[in-house]
Amino acid sequence: MRTALIAAALALAVTTVARAEEPELRPGPGRDQVMDNCGACHTLAYIPMNSPFLTQAQWTAEVNKMVDVFHAPIAREDIPAIIAYLTAQYGAR
Amino acid sequence: MRRRDLLAGATMLAASRPAFAQFDPRLPEGTRQIARMGAPPGKKDLIELTDRPPNYETPLDAFRTAITPNDRFFVRYHLSVIPDMDELRDWRLEIGGDGAERSLTLTLDDLRRDFAPVTIAAVCQCSGNRRGLFQPHVPGVEWGIGAMGNARWTGVRLRDVLVRAGVKPGALEVAFNGADSAVVEETPDFLKSIPLARAMHPDTLLAWEMNGEALPHYNGFPLRVVVPGWTATYWMKHVNRIALRTTPEDNFWMKAAYRVPRGLFPTDMPFASQVTTGNEPITQIMVNSLVTNLQDGARVPAAGFDIEGIAWDGGHGIRTVEVSTDRGQTWRPATLGEDLGPYAFRSWTMRLQPGRAGPVQAMVRATSNAGQVQVAQLVPNPAGYHHNVIQTLEVTAS
Repeated sequence: MRTALIAAALALAVTTVARAEEPELRPGPGRDQVMDNCGACHTLAYIPMNSPFLTQAQWTAEVNKMVDVFHAPIAREDIPAIIAYLTAQYGAR
Repeated sequence: MRRRDLLAGATMLAASRPAFAQFDPRLPEGTRQIARMGAPPGKKDLIELTDRPPNYETPLDAFRTAITPNDRFFVRYHLSVIPDMDELRDWRLEIGGDGAERSLTLTLDDLRRDFAPVTIAAVCQCSGNRRGLFQPHVPGVEWGIGAMGNARWTGVRLRDVLVRAGVKPGALEVAFNGADSAVVEETPDFLKSIPLARAMHPDTLLAWEMNGEALPHYNGFPLRVVVPGWTATYWMKHVNRIALRTTPEDNFWMKAAYRVPRGLFPTDMPFASQVTTGNEPITQIMVNSLVTNLQDGARVPAAGFDIEGIAWDGGHGIRTVEVSTDRGQTWRPATLGEDLGPYAFRSWTMRLQPGRAGPVQAMVRATSNAGQVQVAQLVPNPAGYHHNVIQTLEVTAS
């Protein structure tokens, strides 16, 4: 179900908005979940653009906004890994 | 040409350019790493922050003239699905809502033929212009100084169109929707409303022309809302639905986004139907100025040099622009340039003669005809709006 949802979202993204060249995100645990989920609706450039100044609580709020307000089709079980990656790689130093 | 081809072309163009610009060192480190020179179709030499959705900033050199050229005018979208020009040629404007006596469907030809044309010069400035300069940084699109532009907008008065539909006595707000949309259907569509009184103001327009030409695709072709004096969030692009409402618009983009702490920023028209105990919608642009011919670190002749720039506010016009070279102890008035109207950029210039080599610091502050002055210290607010801190330019005379 989860895969189907994401695949549907990605397919929609590809047909309606060209997938532009994406910035290379830093390697680290959770990067796959970030790339699979966050890039469906917007360029991954939003992540480095908002760095390095957000705390774990602020990254959590951003991810929750994407899920709860914008209804991004992100699997609930991926959320902790996404937040951990954003905090570790692009969080406040 | 399909949208995919257009966007693919934009990407190749952007990628082929070296990132030669020196981006503002006050921006977040990550922003400076991803920013690059680039432009979507129909534009040139902008600073690309994101390409999906497209968010492109105007660099300083395009503000040397008080009218910003169309192909250098900034681009800002929340959502990624933007109809291409072919799709927009089938565009119609629908007017209705529970506060309207009747529903109308209008074409661009109807608007041109049936209503009196109006042209107004006005600054279109993103609410978050200069967000990237906030300290501490706040999340969002990390704009530098260029999420703004000044153009001559030609169209018709929104008021005239609303009167044609018939405004019921209970009408409270006028809401706008545009033809752009989100990738995921459940994402809140970008909808904005303004108070009825602002919609009926004679300077609030539905514009199809910008600086004498059709609106560029990414500035809202074929028709956008123009709300002179108010921030650009209300200037709906590709506007295709207008609703007279007897109740407040309660979409995410009104209820939760684009809000400032209540009473923190002055406004001539508080958005009464949207005020809560804690906050209120952003409305009017704060008085502001920008040095356009020099950047920090520039070398200037000790014998004398000109400092030039622009100033603007939320519709009262500019009374003075003053410059201080002694850290704010004394101020001297600059010479103001041509007056293009109360909503427009006002150019200004001053000759400085340091008389000796070494560092020169010039502070610039604008005052509006309402007596509003730029602030000495940032007024913090969660979303990073209304940055109008007095600029301090640091150059070296030799």
